[in-house]
Amino acid sequence: MATKAFVAQASQPEKFRRVYVWEFPVRLYHWVNALCVVVLCVTGYLIGRPLAITYSSEAYQQYWFGTVRFLHFVTAFVFFFNFLVRLYWGFVGNQYAKWSNFIPNHRAQWREMIEVMKVDVLQTRVQGLITLGHNALAGLIYFLSFLAFLFQSLTGFALYSSMSQARLPRLFAWITPLMGGDFAVRQWHHIFMWFFIWFTLVHVYLVFYHDYIEGRGTTSSMVGGWKFDSDKRDEK
Amino acid sequence: MGHSIPTIWESMQAKGYDRREFLRFCSFAAMMAGIETAGFSKVVHALETQARPPVVWLHFQECTCCSESFIRSSHPLVADVLLDSISLDYSETLQAAAGHQAEKSLHDTMQKFAGKYILLVEGSIPTHDGGVYCTIGGRTAEDILQEAAKDAAAVIAWGSCASHGCVQSAKPNPTGATPVHKLISKPVINVPGCPPIADVMTGVITHLLVLGSAPELDGLGRPKEFYSRRVHDTCYRRPYYDAGLFVESFDDEKARKGYCLYKMGCRGPVTYNACSVTKWNGATSYPIQSGHGCIGCSEAGFWDNGPLYQHLASFPGFGIESTADNVGALVGIAALGGMAVHAVSTNVRKHELLVQGKHSEPKAKE
Repeated sequence: MATKAFVAQASQPEKFRRVYVWEFPVRLYHWVNALCVVVLCVTGYLIGRPLAITYSSEAYQQYWFGTVRFLHFVTAFVFFFNFLVRLYWGFVGNQYAKWSNFIPNHRAQWREMIEVMKVDVLQTRVQGLITLGHNALAGLIYFLSFLAFLFQSLTGFALYSSMSQARLPRLFAWITPLMGGDFAVRQWHHIFMWFFIWFTLVHVYLVFYHDYIEGRGTTSSMVGGWKFDSDKRDEK
Repeated sequence: MGHSIPTIWESMQAKGYDRREFLRFCSFAAMMAGIETAGFSKVVHALETQARPPVVWLHFQECTCCSESFIRSSHPLVADVLLDSISLDYSETLQAAAGHQAEKSLHDTMQKFAGKYILLVEGSIPTHDGGVYCTIGGRTAEDILQEAAKDAAAVIAWGSCASHGCVQSAKPNPTGATPVHKLISKPVINVPGCPPIADVMTGVITHLLVLGSAPELDGLGRPKEFYSRRVHDTCYRRPYYDAGLFVESFDDEKARKGYCLYKMGCRGPVTYNACSVTKWNGATSYPIQSGHGCIGCSEAGFWDNGPLYQHLASFPGFGIESTADNVGALVGIAALGGMAVHAVSTNVRKHELLVQGKHSEPKAKE
């Protein structure tokens, strides 16, 4: 979590160095996850609130709702295993991918969060800290979203377990009675879908925001993996 | 002891049934217990030689709909035999005895047949305020239950009240209504439903009588035979669900065509019961066949999962018809509004940065 003083460079040319922040597995995870979340939210919303379409054809002539559900289930499996890959990479990846970025167990991380609140959220200061990987607040939000991933996977498999004899979903069948039955599990699974929608909205906005105000390739970093950092080595 | 219990065949003879009726009963019983034809002779043998277990049927906080359902079994002979011959040694609703006589009958059965009688419980048990909300003969329901359960060979909880608490335990549960399995330490066979299907009830009790053991149960103590599948899984309207053909309103063309009632709040997809297989009233119909969605009466807490005609439950604190979707969309719009304000503020800040950049030297902190 290297922090650098943020310095606006409008007129003077400044030297930047290129830092390889997001390794290939992280980027792959990110885009597979993004695709899964979009597909899961769209299909999930449709399952919870199917479209009112009037057909002249009979039931045996079509299967669209079944297909929507099938897509949801297949995507859920991809989402789940992709999530496991990211967890694994949190132990073997580079310093920006490490699990320790996501859990605020150091005082410095809490100080940084306050800093980020002042500079980026409330904008009470014009200039502020810049972090190369995740800032401490983002790290915490990602940690909470990982918990949401876990919750959604558990409740999803629990709901799916009654329609499947496969071993993996059956492992989660005990969750249903614990939460008070299929109805309650479905309700919670549906409520948590909204977390993913909110997260996506805010996440996309913040990526553009950071790129817009910092000008160091936040958006494209998730494509190529590089971010730019002002190079102070020559000044010393 | 002098309390030798007659066999089912003996007690049927005493009541005037002939051999042919006995064999018909045996075949129903074998079918109910899921025994194939080859095992039929064993069933006959068992009912001829084994002592009939005495049955005690207790009623607590309930509406007696379980009893009403039970006496409408679609196999009259079975219900008849169970009521007449297997005999209920104690049942507030159906017994002839009353008052002290009734209490004595219960007491005698429990003493004479300790460890042998089958205990059937209908209704939930109030636990608040010392259990004053349901007392019989001056004793609380819990007191009676504990005494009766102590020496019972098997305990069956009839209906959603005894299995989950049902309507009495709906929020705010003023009497502290509690299901049987939470109060006694013995295994309980839960037969939920409001009421349970008559044929399921006779099926479970016949299994106990014929095989002398409980049917295979799931994690929630329900017989797997009847409660392992959702109403939705065997619903005859299921093809409409997979095809995405849904009723939008009870008086529309789609309702007339018999489309799936999913969007009308049908609880079939989240309810484990045998309604769409056995159906009701002698396999005449079941709610969905009659054009009304399942209300999920065999699921725990179904009274609190309302409104019944809505797919999603109402969101607590946001009014009766608000769903998670309404609240979710509202928060989403609020987030977008926040972003718009933030974007304006960001542009002001960017302007300041550009101005600063022109006039001041870059100063490095840290």
